[in-house]
Amino acid sequence: MSILINKDTKILIQGFTGRIGTFHAKEMLEYGSNVVGGVTPGKGGQAHLNLPVFNTIKEAVDATGATASIVFVPAAAAADSIMEAADGGIKYCVAITDGIPAQDMIRVKRFMLRYPKERKMILTGPNCAGSITPGEAMLGIMPGHIYEPGRVGVVGRSGTLGYEAASQMKAEGIGISTSIGIGGDPINGSSHRDILELFEQDPDTDAVMIIGEIGGPQEAEAAAFARDHMTKPVAAYVAGLTAPKGRRMGHAGAIISGKGESASEKVEIFQEAGVAIVPNPSEFGTTMKDVVSKL
Amino acid sequence: MHIHEYQAKEVLANYGIQIQPGTLVYSPDQAVAAYNSQGSAVCAVKAQIHSGARGKAGGIRLCRSNDEVRRAADEMLGEKLVTHQTGSAGKLVQKLYVEAGVDIDREIYLAFVLDRAKQRHVAVASAEGGMEIEQLAQEKPESILRISIDPASGMRHFQAQELAFGLGLGPDLVKQAVATFRGLYKAMIELDASMVEINPLVVTRDRRLIALDAKMEFDDNALFRHREVAELRDMSQEDPRETAASDHDLSYVGLDGDIGCMINGAGLAMATMDMIKLSGGEPANFLDIGGGASPERVAKAFELVLQDGNVKAMLVNIFAGINRCDWIAEGLIKALGVVDLGVPLVVRLSGTNVEEGTQMLVDSGLPIIMADTLADAAQKAVAAAQEQGG
Repeated sequence: MSILINKDTKILIQGFTGRIGTFHAKEMLEYGSNVVGGVTPGKGGQAHLNLPVFNTIKEAVDATGATASIVFVPAAAAADSIMEAADGGIKYCVAITDGIPAQDMIRVKRFMLRYPKERKMILTGPNCAGSITPGEAMLGIMPGHIYEPGRVGVVGRSGTLGYEAASQMKAEGIGISTSIGIGGDPINGSSHRDILELFEQDPDTDAVMIIGEIGGPQEAEAAAFARDHMTKPVAAYVAGLTAPKGRRMGHAGAIISGKGESASEKVEIFQEAGVAIVPNPSEFGTTMKDVVSKL
Repeated sequence: MHIHEYQAKEVLANYGIQIQPGTLVYSPDQAVAAYNSQGSAVCAVKAQIHSGARGKAGGIRLCRSNDEVRRAADEMLGEKLVTHQTGSAGKLVQKLYVEAGVDIDREIYLAFVLDRAKQRHVAVASAEGGMEIEQLAQEKPESILRISIDPASGMRHFQAQELAFGLGLGPDLVKQAVATFRGLYKAMIELDASMVEINPLVVTRDRRLIALDAKMEFDDNALFRHREVAELRDMSQEDPRETAASDHDLSYVGLDGDIGCMINGAGLAMATMDMIKLSGGEPANFLDIGGGASPERVAKAFELVLQDGNVKAMLVNIFAGINRCDWIAEGLIKALGVVDLGVPLVVRLSGTNVEEGTQMLVDSGLPIIMADTLADAAQKAVAAAQEQGG
């Protein structure tokens, strides 16, 4: 099994008929994801990639029974698309879009609070590579073949560093239950901690790899959760050892603005919480191998 | 995006924030004229650079005569001001803000920032003004007040009032304080500011509440909907390499080391730099070339990194996901046909079609040092830089 997505999850593509949406919809279909259609306002009723196009999420959900969506809508309109997904009955939404204004994301998060627990949508991203349950479904833009099916959960901010970790783990014969990208923005749908909680509950995940980076409090929150609430072992890497204070390192959220936000401080926090530290980015595979060998 | 103090004050005055009369000047003569026209015995001559902590660095001078104003302007204009925020290079002072003096009764710290833990805006204030927030957090954490703001309702009157009373502002000042706090919040929301800091906000002896300094930062991702804010950008305050990079949609941060870096993806870029550091070297830069490593982009990125005279070796680390390594290799070979590196180049490819890509680079006959793993790449780059006399 897995968290959030599996081979049966019915998926809608938001921003379906655009260039980027089309490209990645094809990749996802090829991987075996159960894409059932998409939404492009104004193009409802058409077919695209042999799948139905809808004007609104509500119509699409009614017609297909979809429970998940992925957002490729441009930054200026992306926040609205995420809210539409939350309102239209989607249970899990991945926002790929990079460059959404922080204030729009603040509004998205506030908007999502209005629903009772059973109707609440889980959002991951924005500015992420998406999620994958290897061998079952890909809800993202990653190269699916580098992920080996298995029993280690992965949660990380970065796309390519996540690929690096996945391929190192594959080389060591370690497979992944689900890999979740939470994105590089300061305001994001789910935190490391939120995803750890899902992995802790998942009977088919034995251990978790966290790929963190400088900036913000989410690694520290995850460390506290791992210490206080997790029975499964956790390993972590924090990128940005050489990042100077106050400079944004590519990701909108990768900036050291206060105490506890540097890589070395976060590593220390993880260490104190009993989390295994990946000592350098060439040792994702070997560190996790060591962790799972003790299970 | 950062803006200057004088710009922030102009912006905030439109939101009802009280400021002192001030004039932007470009020469000592203009500074003296501004001082005389303001009719205040004392004025502050303030360097306009994109940095805080100007006062301690000598960038803010109180003057009481024409001679003093002239001397202050003369000494600052055209010079680089080094604060503990600018780095050793400092920032060039090209303009000054001459501001009428004010009789200060007390100073307050006030800011609106993003609270990443609560994922909303928060007002942060302290009755101990004039100190920097980091220092306050360390020395007088109990003095810091926070009001978390629900984006659905905005900053409510009662919250602003709570803050005012919490800061010990008397009943005669509460009305002004509420207008100031809510005005700042409104400016932040309407203009997509990521930070507004008034340090100090002063209470004058004649019981007015004045923003004596003002700092605003804007969310780059929201500039598309604020043309009037985007126009406030002063590129002379930016690292020219970073400006050039942003023109090509490349994300670049200049650092002090000697190993030039070109990587796809921000996380992998940071991790590669970590690996360089752990291998005994220092990265010269952060550079994320993004997803599409076309020959043009690669060539542009090489040029950008090499503008840094300190670079003694170059490390390229690309994880080809949707792109393929053979395609990346083709881009590298084409780029190397137009750019003369002049320093050793270490390349590490991984991901889709890595064997084909590596073979193409080997067959090209170009003097490329190939590496297998991240650790291998970093060690080879560090060794190459040392051989170059690093």
